Amino acid sequence: MSWMLPLPVVLPLLAAAVNAALDHVTPRWAHDSVTVAGLASSFVFSILIMVDSMSGEPLHWFSGWTPRGGVAIGIGFAVDPLGAGMAVLASGLALAAVLYSLTYIETESRNYDILIGAFGGAMCGFALTGDLFNMFVWFELMGVAAYALAGFKVSELGNLQGGINMAVTNTVGAYFILIGVALLYARTGALNLAQIGRTLAGQHAGGVEIVALTLILVGFLVKAAIVPFHFWLADAHAVAPAPVCLLFSGVMVELGLFGAARVYWTIFDAPFGAHQIAIRNVLIVFGLVTAFVGAVMAFLQSHLKRLLAYSTISHAGMMLAGVGLLDSKSLGGVATLVLSHGLLKGGLFLACGVLLAQFKQIDELRLFGKGRALPVLGVLFGLGAVGLIGLPYVGSYVGHAGIDEGATLAHLTWVSPLLMLAAGISSAAILRAGARVFLGWGPSHDWLLSQQPPEDPPERDARVPLMVAITGVVIVLGLVVSIVPGLSQRAEYGAERFRDRAGYAERVLHGKPMKTKVLPYAIQPTTGESVVYGIGAGLVTLLFAAFGLWRNRLSDAWRTSAGRVAGPPLAVLKEVHSGVIGDYVMWITLGTALLGGVWALTLR
Amino acid sequence: MSVLPYLVAGWICVIGLYGIVTSRDLIHLALCLTVTQSSTYVLLLAVGYVQGGGPPIFKGVELGTTAVDPVVQSLTLTDIVVSVTVLALILALALDVHSEIETMDPDRIVELQG
Repeated sequence: MSWMLPLPVVLPLLAAAVNAALDHVTPRWAHDSVTVAGLASSFVFSILIMVDSMSGEPLHWFSGWTPRGGVAIGIGFAVDPLGAGMAVLASGLALAAVLYSLTYIETESRNYDILIGAFGGAMCGFALTGDLFNMFVWFELMGVAAYALAGFKVSELGNLQGGINMAVTNTVGAYFILIGVALLYARTGALNLAQIGRTLAGQHAGGVEIVALTLILVGFLVKAAIVPFHFWLADAHAVAPAPVCLLFSGVMVELGLFGAARVYWTIFDAPFGAHQIAIRNVLIVFGLVTAFVGAVMAFLQSHLKRLLAYSTISHAGMMLAGVGLLDSKSLGGVATLVLSHGLLKGGLFLACGVLLAQFKQIDELRLFGKGRALPVLGVLFGLGAVGLIGLPYVGSYVGHAGIDEGATLAHLTWVSPLLMLAAGISSAAILRAGARVFLGWGPSHDWLLSQQPPEDPPERDARVPLMVAITGVVIVLGLVVSIVPGLSQRAEYGAERFRDRAGYAERVLHGKPMKTKVLPYAIQPTTGESVVYGIGAGLVTLLFAAFGLWRNRLSDAWRTSAGRVAGPPLAVLKEVHSGVIGDYVMWITLGTALLGGVWALTLR
Repeated sequence: MSVLPYLVAGWICVIGLYGIVTSRDLIHLALCLTVTQSSTYVLLLAVGYVQGGGPPIFKGVELGTTAVDPVVQSLTLTDIVVSVTVLALILALALDVHSEIETMDPDRIVELQG
């Protein structure tokens, strides 16, 4: 059913174009319905494509330019289960965002709808395409829509800062990708992923490939908010409207990782397959550093959306570590982690939107105890935070379990406890904030937390019940990811397919059918270690959340010595997140030099 | 094919980044971003250049005539279109900054930090 493949991309883009063309003509309900229809049909077609991709690799060559004699001539979509899954997540979350925005966004709602349509369509295109330059184009389109959405309320300086920082850093990343694409094209004369991989497989890898690998990966890791490329994310999330944060954290960041994983396994696995260990170690170290920087920074925030943003950085690091293990178990784990994290974190952002609409505040300390008026939202917020910990069979558990298994297989057993600690700290930050806001626990002042300027609330009384309902649906879906029968087996199968470079090339270039597998519908059995790590993460969460709330009950001697040890590094960490765009680009440049330098020494 | 265009592309990319890092004015910063971007044009055109090749227009030309690679030219065009959009957006945001605080200094727009 190859005719379906472009539809998840075309329909939302068409909705955006119709809305743009009928500017000043149609009333609000009309452009809202067009957008909802576009994204809903995109969602449905993405699901159909995902089902289809389980038993084959659907291909669509635009204008019928099929490969001749095993050489790709045209541009094609080539869909595997993980790519289709990302399209489902992207279009589904975009649909949730638009429904939530029906009452949340008032001014400029038409432009908002147009941008969300373009954003959703571009994300699906990025997930489905099988062509490197085509990936770049979708990447840029989703980037431009995202920058405009981040700086959507241009009346505030903070929004302009967030929008500009995001636009400049991500654009630099995109140019890095383009330079890498040009180098690969110079080397192979091809732009199709399978074709580039096949051509490079027969050549000796040299400096050009290392530079291309570094630049393309850095470009995608800027989007994926990996330290030291992550700075834009917290600024952009702090100012973007809550439903836009749902899309940023829930799927856009993960698409950055998806892009990195896609180019690694279709292209660079060929020339560097013999040096897997060098690539694996670097990716795991970057992932773990990101997981901890994000978790600690999240713990130091009182602005709720900024707190959640840093926790997203932390999770992006965990996902990168999982991808970096370069194994089907861990990659399948990452896939389910992306799904559960996207839903749970997205739901938490939507809950923040409700708080902002109801109380005109988004700061944990200013909201102190006010959330008692919204008990349902409080329960949802708590469930969202608990789901992110990775407790056995709750929320993100199967994702963490898959990564743990991958780490054991790779004999890197020290990775799992570190990930457990990072997950615990970042969930503790969310739980602490929730306890302050919804229960009024702990003191209402905390000098440890960074203060940010307040955010303008939505203009009119948004319909809180509708928004809470959507938040609830998203969070509950995220919580049950670990107990959906058959899901993790399918994710692992998808990961195997995703990593099968030769099979992918055969399918894309020669149309050979894939070997399919019959998969059971069962809940993934688990190992004792994963249960221990899940419970351990829960204990870490409780410990740190209690520390955040009731630190002042500790004895003075304890607190001064703790402050003396942890104070200076934390101050430096805060100082580094300066909010100045020049600093951010300098960090990107240094990070690129570091990555490229390490690989120049080790990939030989 | 000489290595010079690749060195030029690398140099343009790096000075553009240097400009962004040290910029004290958002318009200047946006232009530095464009400088970085133009390194991709130079690189792409260098990649597709064929010694002695004519333009890739094949109407009324004999089969087998040497021509430069048309693919990189269309990549460059796409790149231009995409990047102009980004540039327009950043300039629009810069104008909004100016109307808010009467300055374009990126250090002065810092509201969020830490």
